[in-house]
Amino acid sequence: MKKIVSLVLAVVLMCAVFAGCGNTNGTVTSDNSTSKKTVTTDGSTSMEKVIGALGEAFESEEGITVTYNPTGSSSGIKAVLEGTCDIGLSSRDLKDEEISQGLKGTVLAYDGIAIIVNNANSVSDMDLETIAKIFKGEITNWKELGGKDAEIVLIGREAGSGTRDGFESVTDTEDACKYRQELTSTGDVITTVSNNEDAIGYASVASVEDTVKTLTVSGIAPTEETIKNGTYVVQRPFVLVTKEGTQLSESASAFFDYITSEKAADIIAAAGVVAA
Amino acid sequence: MKKKRLFENIVHGIFLILGLITVGFVLLITIYLIVSGIPAINEIGIIDFLFGAEWAPTKSEPQYGILPFILTSVYGTAGAILIGVPIGFMTAVYLSKVANKKVRAMVETAVNLLAGIPSVVYGLVGMLILVPNIKKIFDIPDGASLLAAIIVLAIMILPSIIKVSITSLDAVPKEYEDASLALGATETETFFKVSVPAAKSGIAAAVVLGVGRAIGEAMAVMMVSGNVANMPSLFESVRFLTTAVSSEMAYSSGLQQQALFSIALVLFLFIMLINVTLNFFLKKERK
Repeated sequence: MKKIVSLVLAVVLMCAVFAGCGNTNGTVTSDNSTSKKTVTTDGSTSMEKVIGALGEAFESEEGITVTYNPTGSSSGIKAVLEGTCDIGLSSRDLKDEEISQGLKGTVLAYDGIAIIVNNANSVSDMDLETIAKIFKGEITNWKELGGKDAEIVLIGREAGSGTRDGFESVTDTEDACKYRQELTSTGDVITTVSNNEDAIGYASVASVEDTVKTLTVSGIAPTEETIKNGTYVVQRPFVLVTKEGTQLSESASAFFDYITSEKAADIIAAAGVVAA
Repeated sequence: MKKKRLFENIVHGIFLILGLITVGFVLLITIYLIVSGIPAINEIGIIDFLFGAEWAPTKSEPQYGILPFILTSVYGTAGAILIGVPIGFMTAVYLSKVANKKVRAMVETAVNLLAGIPSVVYGLVGMLILVPNIKKIFDIPDGASLLAAIIVLAIMILPSIIKVSITSLDAVPKEYEDASLALGATETETFFKVSVPAAKSGIAAAVVLGVGRAIGEAMAVMMVSGNVANMPSLFESVRFLTTAVSSEMAYSSGLQQQALFSIALVLFLFIMLINVTLNFFLKKERK
């Protein structure tokens, strides 16, 4: 019996030791990576997909690692200012006071968000203000918009989602949306809207197909062209933030050139956004 | 002789190590959950965390109350048990005592198949058939609701309830039933007054097992319940403890992510409690 007890204890201790090792190893490599050839990026959580894809492609071509720290646009901009990262990532335009501090924004891509309704819905156009009113719960029935007499069902994304963040910041409805359903993927939102005649939702333009109807916003349909020239308003830019007058490191400037080149456009498009 | 002993010892050693691996995993997960779940609870405050009625982690003033999730999980599970247990229990009585061999073999195969269907398939069928129909029948704007989740869960827990109940009903000595019948009781009286009481702790175990399955299910309920952190109400969109963790994990960071671990810890404690209850009933039956 004593033997067994000691054996159990030994195994448990070993497990604990291994668990400890795993943790320390993880942090050590990520700390060391700055001393190797790497590019550090910091900022918008919405840009995870596009930066991830670009970083991977760049790493396989040049052998330089790209790290990405999802902290949010404002912290990313601050990090560039303080020099703690090479390239900052922002999913909004730089403010005037940020530009006056010597920061420079280069638009990498535009993220267009389509407003979708069921194919059976007779409404096909609304302006930004109406969209905001619907999602804030100020307009609750389709008949107020010329549709049939039915309650509007709001389909959204979960807290933390980049699409939700983008939609709510463009329509100025942060923290005010009265969702009926919060789904965890673009596909789920599209399926749910296609199954409910009274539903309205939003999804990344690239993933919408003809299973649902895409609304025009103030008469303008989301296409690559209207998103690029800014006439389709439910969109936001993905901005690369650098500091004027500060030379980028060799690997960082190689990465910057790579992702703004023609070659990267396909990768950017595959990540669901429109290359600038 | 000596060689044989050595071989035996080695084999025993291997068995022991394999057994300990399982124990090691349980310990590892438990320790990990506790270590990663405690910090957020400390930061938010245990009262605010467990009894706060609002969950809004990305608001400018974040709120981390999980009471809506706890209540939804409790109501959802209770509803599933309320629908699933009578159906499952009656099926088990029928299969064990009334049905002839052919029917029993057929129904048991169907039950086994039901148990083998992946939960995402339950969710998909629920999403495409159940949800639109609930919307139509009850004339509500959207069918994704607590009711839809309850119905899906009730169907999902049927196999475990039926199987465990059958086993314990089969184990009732035939002499009990024969004696009852010989005394002039009808078959129905015999089933409900002799067989079922004799198997009652096994049936209780079946119910607890059902509770365990229902409270731990994530995928299927996520697809039919709408996932908004409302206080539970039958026709409203709701979020369970399990779906709270899985729906926000992908993009969460900082305190929000830590709080998700804390939710997982709460769920883990619930399931531990259920397992202890289950063991209690099973031990009682063995005696």
